[in-house]
Amino acid sequence: MTGAAITFEGLGKSFPKAGGQVMALADITLSVPQGSITGIIGRSGAGKSTLLRMVNGLERPTTGKVSVAGRDVGTATGSGLRAIRRDVGMIFQHFNLLASRSVRGNIALPLEVAGTPRGQIRARVDQLIDQVGLGALADRYPAELSGGQKQRVGIARALATGPKVLLSDEATSALDPETTQTVLDLLAQINRDLGLTVLLITHEMAVLRDIASHMAVIEAGRIVEAGPTYDVFARPAHATTRSFLSGVTGATLPAFVAARLQADPPGDQVIRVTFAGTHATDPMLARLATDLGISANILGGTIEEIGTRPFGNLLISVPHDRGDQARAS
Amino acid sequence: MSANLIPILWDATLQTLYMVAISAILGTVGGLPLGVFLATSQRGELLSTPWVNKVLGLVVNATRSVPFIILVVAIIPFTRAVVGTSIGTDAAIVPLTVAAIPFIARLVENAIREVDQGLIEAARAMGATPLQIIRKVLIPEALPGITLGLTLAVVSLIGYSAMVGAVGGQGLGDLGIRYGYQRFMPEVMAAVVVILIVLVQLVQSLGEWIAARVDRRAPRNRGA
Ligand SMILES: Nc1ncnc2c1ncn2[C@@H]1O[C@H](COP(=O)(O)OP(=O)(O)OP(=O)(O)O)[C@@H](O)[C@H]1O
Ligand SMILES: [Mg+2]
Repeated sequence: MTGAAITFEGLGKSFPKAGGQVMALADITLSVPQGSITGIIGRSGAGKSTLLRMVNGLERPTTGKVSVAGRDVGTATGSGLRAIRRDVGMIFQHFNLLASRSVRGNIALPLEVAGTPRGQIRARVDQLIDQVGLGALADRYPAELSGGQKQRVGIARALATGPKVLLSDEATSALDPETTQTVLDLLAQINRDLGLTVLLITHEMAVLRDIASHMAVIEAGRIVEAGPTYDVFARPAHATTRSFLSGVTGATLPAFVAARLQADPPGDQVIRVTFAGTHATDPMLARLATDLGISANILGGTIEEIGTRPFGNLLISVPHDRGDQARAS
Repeated sequence: MSANLIPILWDATLQTLYMVAISAILGTVGGLPLGVFLATSQRGELLSTPWVNKVLGLVVNATRSVPFIILVVAIIPFTRAVVGTSIGTDAAIVPLTVAAIPFIARLVENAIREVDQGLIEAARAMGATPLQIIRKVLIPEALPGITLGLTLAVVSLIGYSAMVGAVGGQGLGDLGIRYGYQRFMPEVMAAVVVILIVLVQLVQSLGEWIAARVDRRAPRNRGA
């Protein structure tokens, strides 16, 4: 990864509204590393889509600057802006495929728009159909496809003009978990094979865990936390990040354990231990027992991979009076 | 019905078909671009020109609010200037076209407005120009709706063309009035009505068939 594919510098956006302005984004400064899969997570209305739409000039910044491969998007117009847009593919939550065109026709559209000669379009479309695994469906119409198949068409269409950046606006939010996984795998594969930078937005931490190398958390139009996904998962600094994390990393007590603890408080302290990096393979519990003589009780936990590194989460309870000591170790 | 009436009915039918076909074609040539423009020229849209949009909208509404029979009479000077006479099938085509253009424009406008904004967004994200978006996205996606709209327009023109008959336009309406009413031959009146019903049925069925052929949306979404 060398340099930034996309940079936001002091970016702000407000929309006019009856009796004033809605501040959708404020003071966004972020760089998206070249070749990364960078995920932006935030609640509904946080400003994710607005931020993404700045990258291909579908929205214009009110203040600050956004650039793609060094080119200023916010001030580009006419053919300059259209040239940038051909270098930036986009996929959508609701696919946005033309019902009047077959799979082949949909994938050909950006090439027609770019003025590619007919003969070349045919060959390129065949290659793209292969690349996203839609071989048998080339002449079907969108109405005859499943959600996952439609999104593959969307991805092929976004890749048609050979962009350097792919934007994804909740591309898996309308899909079931299994299909989501296959679409995420495809995005990861494209990122690897083509060296394409992917900027995606989501409201699901699991999507970031599965494919994002870098992430940012956006809250009420501001970025509250950003960095490599592994680091953010291991040491979440902001309350919003922690609340997103609690859903995916086993950082909450399983419901039945919580219920039992509440019904019959044992007078113990519950501690959450995260293992990151090399610690993930350390014999931590054994050390507690042998070095301090504390016997910990395991309440819940997970261990999983983020990127290629192990990441663990354990909830233990220790006797009330030994809590501080255990934490210190 | 005496046999010598058949050629008269046949001629009148051909005259009606001629008036309707030409005015439908001219009405589409004028109404399609006008409708596309009305649908895309509001503030913030592809061809954002809010003032032009407002003015054209007013003109369209004004034309559409004049009863057809008054329109025919009111534009007689214009008709004379265009075809040199105010009587006959060619003269009838002028008011028929003038009425068809704003009608078709509104039908096209409605069909285009039905197109999902997300598709326009996707096309903009590809770097499409407004004209490319209109040609490659809006019109093809709105085609089932446009086809049904044109069907409606042709059916209306069949009715209007019978009305121009009353003011010297020839065709089935003229025949019905002259023979059926003035010469009191009710069988001619009946024959004219039957032919009109058949024509309307044929046009409607053909329009629906074409609309279904061009409609690639899932069956549950049909019926625009
Ligand atoms: N065109 C617009 N006009 C006015 N306000 C807008 C516009 N687009 C977005 N907003 C406002 O900006 C804020 C951010 O919207 P945005 O769509 O970026 O949120 P989001 O994070 O993508 O939400 P979601 O997860 O629901 O898609 C919201 O308060 C929204 O109402
Ligand atoms: Mg959104």
